[in-house]
Parts: sequence; structure tokens; C-alpha cells
Amino acid sequence: MISAEHLTKRFGAVTAVEDLTVEIEPGIVGLVGSNGAGKSTLLKVMLGLLKATSGEAKVLDLDVVTDAMAIRERVGYMPEHDCLPADVSATEFVVHMGRMSGLPTTAARERSADTLRHVGLYEERYRPMGGYSTGMKQRVKLAQALVHDPDLVLLDEPTNGLDPVGRDEMLELIRRIGTEFGISVLVTSHLLGELERVCDTVVVIDGGRLLRHSSTADMTRSTGVLVVEVDGDPGPLGQLLGRGGVEVHPDGRLLEVPLDGRDEERVLDLIRDGTVELDLGLVRLERARHHMAEMFTGPAAPAGGPDEQPG
Amino acid sequence: MSSPVDGAAPEPGVRGGSGGSGGGSGAPGRGVIHDIGYRHYDGPRLGERYVQRSLFAESLKGAYGLGRSMRSKVMPMLILALICLPALVMVIITSVTGGSELPVTYASYPFRMQIIVAIYLAAQAPALVSRDLRFRVVPLYFARPLGRAKYVQAKLAAMTVALFVLMAVPLTILFVGALLVKISVTDALPDYLKGLAVAAAYAVVLAMVGVLIAALTPRRGLGVAAVITVLLVLSGVQATVLGIANEFGEETLAGYSGLMSPATLVDGLASRILDIDSTLGAEPPGTLGLAVFALVTVVLVAGCYAALLARYRRVPVS
Repeated sequence: MISAEHLTKRFGAVTAVEDLTVEIEPGIVGLVGSNGAGKSTLLKVMLGLLKATSGEAKVLDLDVVTDAMAIRERVGYMPEHDCLPADVSATEFVVHMGRMSGLPTTAARERSADTLRHVGLYEERYRPMGGYSTGMKQRVKLAQALVHDPDLVLLDEPTNGLDPVGRDEMLELIRRIGTEFGISVLVTSHLLGELERVCDTVVVIDGGRLLRHSSTADMTRSTGVLVVEVDGDPGPLGQLLGRGGVEVHPDGRLLEVPLDGRDEERVLDLIRDGTVELDLGLVRLERARHHMAEMFTGPAAPAGGPDEQPG
Repeated sequence: MSSPVDGAAPEPGVRGGSGGSGGGSGAPGRGVIHDIGYRHYDGPRLGERYVQRSLFAESLKGAYGLGRSMRSKVMPMLILALICLPALVMVIITSVTGGSELPVTYASYPFRMQIIVAIYLAAQAPALVSRDLRFRVVPLYFARPLGRAKYVQAKLAAMTVALFVLMAVPLTILFVGALLVKISVTDALPDYLKGLAVAAAYAVVLAMVGVLIAALTPRRGLGVAAVITVLLVLSGVQATVLGIANEFGEETLAGYSGLMSPATLVDGLASRILDIDSTLGAEPPGTLGLAVFALVTVVLVAGCYAALLARYRRVPVS
């Protein structure tokens, strides 16, 4: 679906993408990296908006330099920044963007009504977009990327600025785009945790270099840690779990329990029973979110490892 | 989101009976809509030229606030009304007094109204190009099958046609009025066509200058101020030079002063080519003068276009 070979993009002295070689299969793919890791730059190179300094890239088997127009016909792009004029309605805007992708007017109208409904924008779509909330704006941005029924959408930080509910809804939409709609998705985020939930594959880049490329299942297994927080001294609970043969790492007021997927059920039961037995209130019981730093120093990092990052 | 299953219970079979749309299960409201599911598009995808035409049409509509909010309509519509008003008054006076000709020539009308035309350009050129920069819509366009030069061409064409319409509407009012007061078509038509030709040339030159200035800044207010200032200053300086030259009887200088502002440039050129009186009083002297005016016009138009292309080649896409 997307491939890059020795792709490098420099802006003057700053290197945004460095010697990146990657082959991405169709499906929902997450592109993770901290701010300035080169995610947006990579998307723009894929669209032919930026010219690579060196190396080659292909999207849908089309060369990004020579076949940019053909790529843009089949690809949708949702930029990270605001891109909605305040003085038109979502309907007007998405219809216009449909025509701007080559759809005849009638088709553009039909598809924009469909698409706006799919992203969850109803009566609001007739009002000028200047008065929209961030969540609504993100939906319109997504709709304009989907209106021409692309084979692939590039979504740049679609959950940015959303509250937790909005985030969940956006992630659910992304999942539906990939599964129900059958459109391949490349979605960027600086939060690995949220991409894990919807992506088949995750590509991690930092400082413009590829750090890791693996399926989400691999990733969660290797780093799944359960965090337990109780409203009291966690010590006794830790000892109780230890007696039950569960590995426990106390971390201040928290207990960290590594899960290797084998007897997850039993561990969870032990924790539940333990808190009841010790008459503790269970405040938190969740899988630990990955920190990017943890990922970057992880064992799967390829030779060379993380360098000090520019920008 | 919604839960179609729960909602289906109260009125079973009501919607199922109609059975028209997609895989409708019988759930009311949004449930039905969701049940249609995602539909792929396998119709035609028209190429870059269609995309460019769509941008042109959208921009032209936008230049009169059509398809935009109420607020965006006020200014262009007001200006259109304002520029038509004198034409309407002239027609009415001519018909009441029973005159046999209109008090102004068609070709002079755009230049007599040059302040109104300048205000329109100042108001709408930024709306046409600064708006895309300010709201950062430009990257969306360039991520679609539309080259950067094609974008520039579409915007320029839209501005030109919008300006032409602004001037052609009052000219048409004059023309229709002239026919109503029984001025013969054979008398009125050639002058009317000359007027339209002048309006078209003036629209091209103004659109180039206005769009270029507006494209330099994403800020609308700044664009408005810059366009109006440039046009007013140029025309003010030109008028001063013309006045001084006439005072001292320097006819050649008076003629060449027309090069200093877009209005006098087009006015001077038109007066020689169409063999009519110059409205603003700066007629290019001799064949050399005509050649110089023509050359300056071409260089101005080509220069603005080249500068715009350079500007959009460097416009940030982030």
C-alpha cells in the first residue's frame, strides 16, 4: 500500500525524515512518534505536497513524484491543522471538496450527505463552520477526506484537541473506516495507547527514523502491564498476590503486575478477591499506557537505536 | 451511537413495508440511516480541468457571497447596487427629459466608477485568496488533483469575471435604458460593445494587481487596506502629475502619465485602440505612446501572473 526506500527529507539543517525504509500493508496502520518525529512530513511526501530530498516512495503502487495526481485522486487527506473556512456550512464545503476531487456535482452532493452522516454530523451541517466545536470540526475534516471514496486515507493527528469521549468516537470512526468502509487508513498520533486500540499495525518513528514496525498484537503482549491502585496501603495486597505466585512490582502507591497473557483471568480474580479480603477500595485497575520513551528504548529497536532527536 | 434494535419494537413493520432503501431493517430514525451502511462510489472521476473549473465556479460565486454566510453577501451586493445606481438614475433622467442620448458614454462608465470598482476589488480579492491562506484551505486543494498553477489561474479567472460582471451590469442597464428611450439599436450597440471591451480589459488588469497583493498576506484586513491604498495612491499620483503637466502644457508628459495607474493605463489604451475619447485625460501620444502603453499592460499582466506563481510555489503546506 505504502512503501518508502531510503527516504530522506531535510528542511535546511533540520532532518525531518532520515533514510526511512518501510513497507506498509493495507489495513489500519498507526504511525506513532513524538511531536517533530517526522510523521506529518512523511504524509506530505506521500501526497507529493513536499518533495523528498532523496530516496523513493510509492503509494498504491504509484510513484509519489511522477504520479502525484493519480495518487491524489485515490487518497484522502485530513491535515493536522484547522482547514475549514468559517463562513460556509459543512455541507457546502464538503460538496465543494467532493467536486475538487473530480466528482460530478450530483455525485458530490449525494456523497457529501452520506459522508457527513457517517461521521456523525446531522442538523449542524447546514450552519457556518465558524461556530463549530473542535469535535465537529474534526468530523468535517474527516468527511472531506472521505467524500470521494478514496482507497486510502491519511489522517494526521485526528484525535488532537478532542476530549476523552470525542477521542473514543473518533477512534471508533477510524475503526469503521478500516473495517466496514473497506478503506485503508494511515493514522498518526503521538499516543501509542490510542492507536493500539484500532490499528492492525503500528509503525513507530522518532527523529525521522524507523524505530519499530509490528502488529499491534505483538506490541501489547510484550509490554502489557496491569496497574493496580487501592485507597490504602498497597503493601499487604502485594504480599498476598506474591503468595499467589503473581509477580508484583510496587511503584509508590501503585502496584504493577506484568501480564504475559497466560493466566490473566486468574491474576484478575486474585486481585479482586485480595482487595475484598483486605477490605480495600479498588481505585484503578487498568493496562498501563505505554510511554513513548519506554517504546524508544525497548528491546525491539533496530541497530543504531534512538539518537538525540532534532526538533 | 444509536441503538436500532431497541427502537424497532413499538412500530413493527411500518418501515419494513416500504422497503425502498438499502438494507433497512425496520428501525426508526437514525437507525435506518445507519443500516444503509457505507456505499462505495464507482462513478466517473473527472480530471484536473474539471477540478479547476469547479474551483473557478466556487470562487466566482464566493466573490458575490453566494453560498456563503449572510455577512459575506452584504458587501459585494451593496457595491453592485451602488455601481448600478448612477446608471439607473441616468436612464430615468434621460427618459423623463426626453433626451435623445445618454449623458455618459459606455466606455467611460467603468472609469467614472473607478473608486467603487477599487473598493469592490479591495473587499473581494482578499476574500478570494487570503481566505484560503488564513483558514489554511490551500493544503487541502494541493492534496487534490489540482496543480498550483491551475489554482492560481482559477482564482485569477474568477476575480476577472467577477469584476467584469460588476461593470457589465450597469452598462447593460444603460443599454437597455437607451433602447427604452428609443435610441436606435444600431446607434447604441457598437458603443455598448466598446464599453464591454473596456470593462473586460480593465477587469483583467485590476484582477492581476488585486489578487497578487491579496495573496501576499493571509490577513484579510491587511489585504483590503493594501489593495485600496495601492490603487488610490497610484491614481492620486497620476492625477497630480497629469494636472501639473497640463498646467505647463507638457502634452507628452500628460499622455505618458497614464502609465502610472491601472485605470488610466486601460483608459489610455482603449481611447487609442477603440478610437474614443479618453475619460481620464491621459491619451498615449503617437504610435510610440500606443506601443509603450500596450507593452506596459502586457508586462504588468505577465509580471503579476509570474509573481503569483512564484508566491504559490512557496506557500506553506503545513
